[in-house]
Amino acid sequence: MAPDAALNPQRMGGRRWFLNWLLGGSAAGLMGSVLYPALQFILPPKLSEAVLSSVVAGKVDELPPNTGKIFKFGSRPGLLIRLPSGEYRAFSAVCSHLQCTVQYRGDLSQVWCACHNGRYNLNGEVLSGPPPAPLEVYSVTIREDEIVVSKA
Amino acid sequence: MNRLIMSVLILLCSAGSTLGEKKDTCVDCHQTLNKSHAATVKGMEQDVHARYGLSCADCHGGDPTDEDMMVSMDPRRGYLGVPTGEQIPEFCGRCHADAAYIRRFKPRQRVDQLELYWTSVHGQRHRKGDRKVAQCVSCHGVHGILPGSDPRSPVYPANIPRTCARCHSDAGLMAGYGIPTNQFDKYQGSVHGRALLERGVRGAPACHDCHGNHGAAPPGVRSVSNICGQCHPANRELLGQSPHEKPFEEMGLAGCKTCHRHHDIQHPTDSLLGTEKGSVCISCHKSGSGGYRAAVDMRGAIEGLKAKRDAAERLIVRAEQAGMEMSQAKFDLNEVGNFLTRARTSVHAFSPPKTEEVVKQGEALADTTIQKGEHALAELQARRRGFAGFLVILLAAGVGLFLKIKDVDRREGV
Amino acid sequence: MEAKTRSKVLNWLDERLQVRVALSFLARKAVPMHRHSIWYYFGGMALFLFSVQVVTGILLLLYYAPTAEAAFESVQFIVTEVRFGWLIRSIHSWAANLMVAMVFVHMLSVLLLKAYRKPREMTWVTGVLLFFLTLGFGFSGSLLPWNTLAFFATKVGTGLVNTVPVVGHHLLVIQRGGEDVTGATLKRFFGLHVAVLPILTLAVLLLHLLLIQFQGMSVPPSVQDQEDRMKKMPFFPNFLLRDALGWLGAFGLVVGLAVFFPRELGVKADPFAPAPAGIRPEWYFLFMFQTLKLAPSHILFLEGEMVVFLLFGLCGLGLILVPFLDARSRRGERSPLFTALSILMILYIVTMTLVGHLVKPA
Repeated sequence: MAPDAALNPQRMGGRRWFLNWLLGGSAAGLMGSVLYPALQFILPPKLSEAVLSSVVAGKVDELPPNTGKIFKFGSRPGLLIRLPSGEYRAFSAVCSHLQCTVQYRGDLSQVWCACHNGRYNLNGEVLSGPPPAPLEVYSVTIREDEIVVSKA
Repeated sequence: MNRLIMSVLILLCSAGSTLGEKKDTCVDCHQTLNKSHAATVKGMEQDVHARYGLSCADCHGGDPTDEDMMVSMDPRRGYLGVPTGEQIPEFCGRCHADAAYIRRFKPRQRVDQLELYWTSVHGQRHRKGDRKVAQCVSCHGVHGILPGSDPRSPVYPANIPRTCARCHSDAGLMAGYGIPTNQFDKYQGSVHGRALLERGVRGAPACHDCHGNHGAAPPGVRSVSNICGQCHPANRELLGQSPHEKPFEEMGLAGCKTCHRHHDIQHPTDSLLGTEKGSVCISCHKSGSGGYRAAVDMRGAIEGLKAKRDAAERLIVRAEQAGMEMSQAKFDLNEVGNFLTRARTSVHAFSPPKTEEVVKQGEALADTTIQKGEHALAELQARRRGFAGFLVILLAAGVGLFLKIKDVDRREGV
Repeated sequence: MEAKTRSKVLNWLDERLQVRVALSFLARKAVPMHRHSIWYYFGGMALFLFSVQVVTGILLLLYYAPTAEAAFESVQFIVTEVRFGWLIRSIHSWAANLMVAMVFVHMLSVLLLKAYRKPREMTWVTGVLLFFLTLGFGFSGSLLPWNTLAFFATKVGTGLVNTVPVVGHHLLVIQRGGEDVTGATLKRFFGLHVAVLPILTLAVLLLHLLLIQFQGMSVPPSVQDQEDRMKKMPFFPNFLLRDALGWLGAFGLVVGLAVFFPRELGVKADPFAPAPAGIRPEWYFLFMFQTLKLAPSHILFLEGEMVVFLLFGLCGLGLILVPFLDARSRRGERSPLFTALSILMILYIVTMTLVGHLVKPA
């Protein structure tokens, strides 16, 4: 290219215009690609807290009396029981013997572990069988129509 | 000379007794005597009987208030002396089979030990005059008896295997009885033995859980399944309804023991079921038979579920380490593990359709878990694509900046 | 129109803050161009990465919980639940490593190019202080995720001060907030990382930057004779644009590393579990760690580790005092001794770092 041609004012004007647009546009894009994640980050996520201290285990009229259901507490199973009186109890469903998932036996009014016949009463205490420790008891609160289970 | 020694002894005995305490001349005198006598007294300090205020005379009779040995150890004052091996069961049973007496100290304590003892192999042989068999003190000790709940007691559950082995592993002692002496060795290496002896798992059975305590006897062939079923009720129930139940009975095979052995029970692996070397099915079922086919089917089903479970786990771990939220997937994976356990239990029904039903449910859950894992990894790919887009913008900015630099340089004459 | 608003704003500011004086001073700022000019970029690079850390750090602060019970879970939460949380966290982690590297390069290049010599002694001193502060940021920050590796690396790291005579145990207890590494340690380290060190850094950094503005860029002794004939590039806009290009590249690198090599969560720290094999500190402490490992149990009548510790302390002090110790460069002469010492130190650090990284623990 002739040395003067690059300095041609017309060309220079066009060049500068293109350059400014390129720079300005990409700078804006860059700004956007930084601000967008930052903004999304600042907006609180659905789950508002880190340490799972409580979950919604079910709805108020979901469980008939004298039945139980397994629900998810973090990544471990929990057991929600509705007593014949209508009262709710909740425990960790992890058997303290060899970590099988326990279940509620309405016919016995006990929590039963199918693996080795371990039995717990409705306070989580061991009644018979091999389990060495009681089930962790959770506290239950009714919030409008939701059953909220939280760590005691 | 004897008289001199006697007088000295009497003097020492009286010197030892303290004022105000319930006089126990047995203890006072015996603790000054030779090593074995003194050891007896020392041992009694820990004895469970001493805790209830019982002492020498309560078992051996005699008068503990009189310092004169001739009086205190006089048979006319009730002194019974040292019981022989033959006399011991009834010696202890004098109190321990007396419900009214025991109720004074520990109302909940059982009083049928002597009765049970007579039904046991030990008791029956004892009656016939065998002095080698165990009686009360063989297992419980004599002076310094600790309750079974005390971890130092030879009859504390975790110590029972060793206590029984004292005799039952002694080939010399057991010669002539016609039973093996390797039970303890086998038990030590078994899943129950390792759980109880090495890890202290309280639920693991020791000798007495299967053989009984005071009424110890080997379980009959028909009883074996019931005994295992004490802790493994689901397996017992399934076996009872399975096609194995009747043939086992007819052939005189003892239920669970047939496949799982008894003292040397190992943690069952899936290879126990099947038709390869090491599987138990082929010891009865020959190739081509219905049983053989069933073994193949059930094993195949379980292996399939295992493979799916492992694949799901690998995916989930990968996704989680990359930063994806996998708690629901992990929860489901835990459930898949439960299905695997249930499938293995269902094997005891010896019915491939039953096992396959459980396996199918487990596999369905494993499939959804795998889906979740794959979804998470897809999200990972989406991030990389997002980065690619960002990179394009960055490069454009870089090019723009570079050109601007050249431009500015030219203008400034740099 | 544009020019009119610009001058209006300038007038408004100038009437109150006399900004025109400062601006004209800055407009004259020039960077000498010679064969060693490339090293001029690294200070700004460290500064850029520091700002990345401040921004991502503030964002992380919105969700992080500095307690033993919740720290690990909060980081897990950031990485799994918060939108782009994985990105912010990994950027923070990678930019930290890059920043430490840039600080090392910047400091060592200044050392070799003797930019510390009169009249820039205070710039050097503040710079070395910034270096120590950076290492402090790294050490305190690495504990915050509260995973096994962080926990045990901190245990080992804080345990080293025990060898210092007399005050050793006190230093240990102050560091850890107790005898052992616990939630108390985490709280201290957090306070250090987000409050104490930032304030100190900002103060020292301000000093450092002001000194540089007043004194301009140093020209290395090897090209000093050409200084008058040297080309001088204006800082605004030429050098700054180049700086920006470098920062853009660094930013792209950091984001790329964050996307393709995200920092892993690890396993939540369990103080009662035995230490896993192969506990190592962060790479920038490896050379010290490796030296300690090689220390004999006793040197004369003193404990080997204590001697090494004191030696490092002396080296640190020596580093701060380099401008005052290097008499020849103070006089404007060539100082081959200090060049040799600097190269030896660099070789030692590099070798020990490599050895520490490659040698599998016994």
